[in-house]
Amino acid sequence: MSKVVSSLNEIIDLLKIEDGMTVSFHHHLRNGDYVLNMVLEALAQKGLKNLTVNASSVFDTHQPLIGHIQNGVVTGLEANYIGGVVGRAISEGVLAKPVTFRTHGGRPSDISKGTAPIDVAFIAAPTADTMGNCTGKYGKSACGSLGYAFADAQYAKKVVVITDNLVPYPLTDFSIPEIYVDYVLEVDSIGNPAGIVSGTTKITRDPVGLVMAQYAAKAIQASGLLKNGMSFQTGAGGPSLAAAKFLMDIMLKEGVKGSFGLGGITKYMVDMMNAGCFESLLDVQCFDLDAVESIRTNPRHREISAMQYASPNAKSCAVDSLDVVILGATEIDTDFNVNVHTDSNGYIMGGSGGHSDTAAGAKMAMIIAPLTRARLSIVVDKVLCKSTPGNTIDVLVTQHGIAVNPLKPELALRFKDAGLPVCDIHELKRVAEGITGVPKRIKLGDKTVANVIYRDGTLLDTIKSVR
Amino acid sequence: MRRSILFMPGNNPGMLLNADILGADGIILDLEDAVSPKEKDAARILVRNAIKYLGYRKSEVIVRINSLDTEFWTKDLDEIVPFKPDFIMVPKISTAADILVADEYITKLEEKLGFEKNTVKLMPLVETALGVENAYAIASATPRVRAMLLGGEDLTADLRCKRTKEGNEIFYSRSRIVVACRAAGIDCYDTPFTDVNDAEGLIKDAEFAKSLGFTGKSSISPRHVADINAVFSPTQADIDYAIEVMAIIKEAKEKGLGVVALRGKMIDAPIVNRAVQVLEAAKAMGVKIDE
Repeated sequence: MSKVVSSLNEIIDLLKIEDGMTVSFHHHLRNGDYVLNMVLEALAQKGLKNLTVNASSVFDTHQPLIGHIQNGVVTGLEANYIGGVVGRAISEGVLAKPVTFRTHGGRPSDISKGTAPIDVAFIAAPTADTMGNCTGKYGKSACGSLGYAFADAQYAKKVVVITDNLVPYPLTDFSIPEIYVDYVLEVDSIGNPAGIVSGTTKITRDPVGLVMAQYAAKAIQASGLLKNGMSFQTGAGGPSLAAAKFLMDIMLKEGVKGSFGLGGITKYMVDMMNAGCFESLLDVQCFDLDAVESIRTNPRHREISAMQYASPNAKSCAVDSLDVVILGATEIDTDFNVNVHTDSNGYIMGGSGGHSDTAAGAKMAMIIAPLTRARLSIVVDKVLCKSTPGNTIDVLVTQHGIAVNPLKPELALRFKDAGLPVCDIHELKRVAEGITGVPKRIKLGDKTVANVIYRDGTLLDTIKSVR
Repeated sequence: MRRSILFMPGNNPGMLLNADILGADGIILDLEDAVSPKEKDAARILVRNAIKYLGYRKSEVIVRINSLDTEFWTKDLDEIVPFKPDFIMVPKISTAADILVADEYITKLEEKLGFEKNTVKLMPLVETALGVENAYAIASATPRVRAMLLGGEDLTADLRCKRTKEGNEIFYSRSRIVVACRAAGIDCYDTPFTDVNDAEGLIKDAEFAKSLGFTGKSSISPRHVADINAVFSPTQADIDYAIEVMAIIKEAKEKGLGVVALRGKMIDAPIVNRAVQVLEAAKAMGVKIDE
């Protein structure tokens, strides 16, 4: 028996894909992904309509999706993150039905519960064998972890693995096993390596970013959580990486041995593990080549599924054991609610990803952001979109001071004792608006273009169209 | 605290916006070398508005105006003095007469504005051989002069020698400036270390400056500020000793003793003053001190 088929057309026929079905994709190939566009193009050629796309994330490279929406091929979209290009079209109302935004943990939870059923999962795999055992660790399009694809493989009615590195059976070092896979398709290329992983992720050299990063590292040190066994997650943004670097310096100086580093993994987290700051890395997604190399060669660098990363429906997940997470924000309001979905004009340009999952799980969730961006205060009265509830955010670090959620008075005391510049979040807003002035509230349209579903499946907020 | 003063270009709004959060004890908003002649008026307005609207609560504000041989310096002072910067830095000061020219102009402005005299202090930038030789005269020319900066780059050009990392060529000038300033009872800042990527060299240079008696050191890079602050901050041993001194003095006062000794050394007024300075600096650094 062989699961290898010759073309997407053949698969569409074999699987009897019909109008109105849901097809799913993962985003490990990030902005280098060819697979989502390739599959939708084939489905469109077949004349299929009214499809729902459930992608763990949508990047700017998926711009052709807008055309498929306009032509009625795609009428439903579910994602955890949507980049600015497709996001803008959504905000302008291209899709009749609201987008469903989930979180990285909420998506596998909803898929496993059956509230987000998938008819056919198309899994881009940098290496696969003829029976569908597949991995992201090897091949010319290597992306490291395939964490977001596990739930699709496990719960979709049908599963297709698409690879540009077909190897003889059995591929032993697989991530997703053959037991879930119906068909395997070999193509010339599943993605552009330059867009899949950035060659290097760089620490910011911006002096303001470095000030924030230093405050963040010192705040972690002062929090009482920096001790043997600490677990840690940080984003791939410049100041977040710099904070990790400063934290590493502190951990090495003080001889602190952490437990695990979590999340999207960068070179800096790999360096921290190799320097002895962490026993292991739990990796749902690799951000750069160093992370890919590490997950391939170091058994202490472990691939985990999105479900194990953050699903509230799992019997346990890693974010529940997380001590500290550093996150970003496009806006934060005086109740500490955070927006990572829209820009200041209301256009969709992101999504929760693991933001609200890690904030909910971590003992200390820290936002790091410059107090003003371009012409606006980062601190506002009310965020345009509530991506992460304020009661799960503990600390806001800006270059002008650190605001602590009043729900955590003991943290504020610890920071003050350490000489950190603690101030009220309203004071930060006042300082920012002293520089920028008070902006007029933007007026959004009446149409709901997206529903933001919290990790537990409840509706957290809606995003309105931009007029 | 006066450990680090950081040069910031006066024509860069992004940097001015965050000038006081970079950890420098003083920020030098530069209208001189960082700004081309065509942009002098724009930078002047930008710096004026930055001081007016941003407040800069976390650092002393020093504005470097253009030198007295240009057409710009009086306009600089007209715009800036009304917003009460802590210091005006005047470049290329070689004689007491030079600094008195600036002093006189600021005095008139202060009178016109109804400010108390010497509200705005002066920090001459000494960067010529003549300036070094006249350092004490400059430092003591007027009570408005409260600090001085040594400018090593222009100075070595004037001395016709090469500026090196080791700095042997400015050893005499550094010493002379320190003695002049201390004799006049004012603060003195060392010249910047210009290799932005050489942290080790910076620390060595700053430690040397501290050993000569400088109050602090200037910098052209935000990345140098933390190291300069660290070098010019009191050490834990300094702090511990200062705490002991203050405790002994307190005890002596309570017992009505006139003279006290600590570890066989008499504790006199200079030692107490030094202890007070150390503890003030430590507190400003956020060190918790139980007294």
